[in-house]
Amino acid sequence: MFMTEVYMLYHLVNYENANVNVNWLDSSKRLPDRVKIVEVGPRDGLQNEKTIVPAETKIRLIDMLSDSGLSVIEATSFVSPKWVPQMADQMEVMKGIRRKPGVSYPVLTPNLKGFQAAVEAGASEVAIFGAASELFSKKNINCSVEESLQRFEQVMVAAKAAGVPVRGYVSCVLGCPYEGKVAPAKVAKVAKRLYSMGCYEISLGDTIGVGTPGGMSEMLEAVSKVVPVGALAVHCHDTYGQALANILVALQMGVSVVDSSVGGLGGCPYAQGASGNVATEDVVYMLHGLGIQTGVDLPKLMDAGAFICHSLNRRTSSKVSQATHCKL
Amino acid sequence: MELAMLLQWPRRDKHLGAHEYPEFVKIVEVGPRDGLQNEKEIVPTEVKVQLIDRLSDTGLSVIEATSFVSSKWVPQMADHTEVLQGIRKSPNVRYPVLTPNMHGFQNALAAGATEVAVFGSASETFSRKNINCSIDESMLRFEEVLNAAKDQQIPVRGYVSCALGCPHEGPIDPSKVTEVAKRLYEMGCYEVSLGDTVGVGTPGSMAAMLRSVTREVPCRALAVHCHDTYGQALANILTALQMGVCVVDSAVAGLGGCPYAQGSSGNVSTEDVLYMLHGMGIQTGVDLSKMIAVGDFICHSLNRKTNSRVAQARGSQL
Repeated sequence: MFMTEVYMLYHLVNYENANVNVNWLDSSKRLPDRVKIVEVGPRDGLQNEKTIVPAETKIRLIDMLSDSGLSVIEATSFVSPKWVPQMADQMEVMKGIRRKPGVSYPVLTPNLKGFQAAVEAGASEVAIFGAASELFSKKNINCSVEESLQRFEQVMVAAKAAGVPVRGYVSCVLGCPYEGKVAPAKVAKVAKRLYSMGCYEISLGDTIGVGTPGGMSEMLEAVSKVVPVGALAVHCHDTYGQALANILVALQMGVSVVDSSVGGLGGCPYAQGASGNVATEDVVYMLHGLGIQTGVDLPKLMDAGAFICHSLNRRTSSKVSQATHCKL
Repeated sequence: MELAMLLQWPRRDKHLGAHEYPEFVKIVEVGPRDGLQNEKEIVPTEVKVQLIDRLSDTGLSVIEATSFVSSKWVPQMADHTEVLQGIRKSPNVRYPVLTPNMHGFQNALAAGATEVAVFGSASETFSRKNINCSIDESMLRFEEVLNAAKDQQIPVRGYVSCALGCPHEGPIDPSKVTEVAKRLYEMGCYEVSLGDTVGVGTPGSMAAMLRSVTREVPCRALAVHCHDTYGQALANILTALQMGVCVVDSAVAGLGGCPYAQGSSGNVSTEDVLYMLHGMGIQTGVDLSKMIAVGDFICHSLNRKTNSRVAQARGSQL
């Protein structure tokens, strides 16, 4: 068995570095040379894990991720601990992490109060979270989409004054657990609003992972008419196993920023026992196999994944990690 | 009916975004053979028969039923004759069986097989370690089978394993895959299934391999058999569809681990493939809910969890 694992590691390295010409259909559908990975494990991932993880573990995870070559690591969320107990140690985490030069550590700020607390804790980038579905907005943050956008405008004003960049999220872009299908035009409307109010990047989230490549391309076609594709990211959940296929289609349409979560942390709150975020390891494996640069060191990333899974006493959701058996 | 099925149906493509996709994709269900073959627990014959009978009611048109290899090598398939004779043969379904050589072919015929499959490799080392002979030697064996099959009017499907990489040799040159695929096609295989045996492929290597193979074998005669060991299967299948392939092999519940990576997954699950295809408006003729139910049945019988994310998500909402 040891030799098998050696072979697998050897092949992992070789396949990762195999550069191939990716213009398989048409030169105008080039894939990007470089993709930025936005690592959401410490926030979106842990937020959806049942086990409450102590601050030192979160800090260690973020520090390990900082050493894996990632350039953006979403560190925590300045929401009320009443709603999200996992993020109650937001201050401690933000102040405890080693800030690697060249790496950005955005935090979620649902409103002005959260923004102020974030800045006080030393945050130098924040994120706001809108929805493309009215019902989801009401059930998730207790207000309509329009009301939420008005709250965000307050945050934007304060952020501009403080020189803090803001990333915008749109959830339910390919489907809503309450409304079902979501019209691409609605997604475009919300994305455009966030972009016009000053978000430098808009992350389009398939919140419950129901999307397939057809829906993804339809949605991106609508959104890229009103927001430049260079300012778009995709945040795909793997609840139905569709994430990598959806990400591939997004890349083919010019998107070059992908959100993912180490170890595929974070189940789906709408489907007990199902998976949630797509695993960063699996995304990086695909991108490297395509000859796309990410700056990420896959073995180091897998180490971080193994660490947090061990701390959570759970199996990794990353197939690459499962195949390579990286265990601490 | 057989002839009509063998003739390549006219392709109609649909456009989704900037890509063309087939309107219809044929699923070749390999769970009862490739899937079970790689499960540790030996499954009783009645369970295998029940599995295949349930699969026959899902709308599938091809279900790979068993393998006529020596039970010494593959104990799971020791009951091949019993299985083939025990299943209810649905009129709209074909039940191909693996036949590695003349001996296997004759046994298959005696057991009532009406379609067979032969298994080549794009890697010399894999061929030697897996079936104890070189690629050339295996091709000679298959030629014998093809000749006998032609006499009996039995259609033959060809497989090429290690199409995107080999557990021993590493990355495989697309030209080697092409050479083997071409040989199988020219000796009379009506379809050639290109297998990413250890699941290491990514869309880039899939595209490069298909670009090479489609120069020598028409797209209509190709299938992809992707393993999901590294989670790449659906992305690889999508790439293949974009390049014109319209036949996909998969296994219900993602049965069958990877013998080269203990504890890892193997075959891509049929449910997840169907979910993607149906979501894209591509027809398959297969009922996803029925497929999920069959997956539940076999996982329960094997006392294991499904590998299908779709089944996990759907099942958890009950």
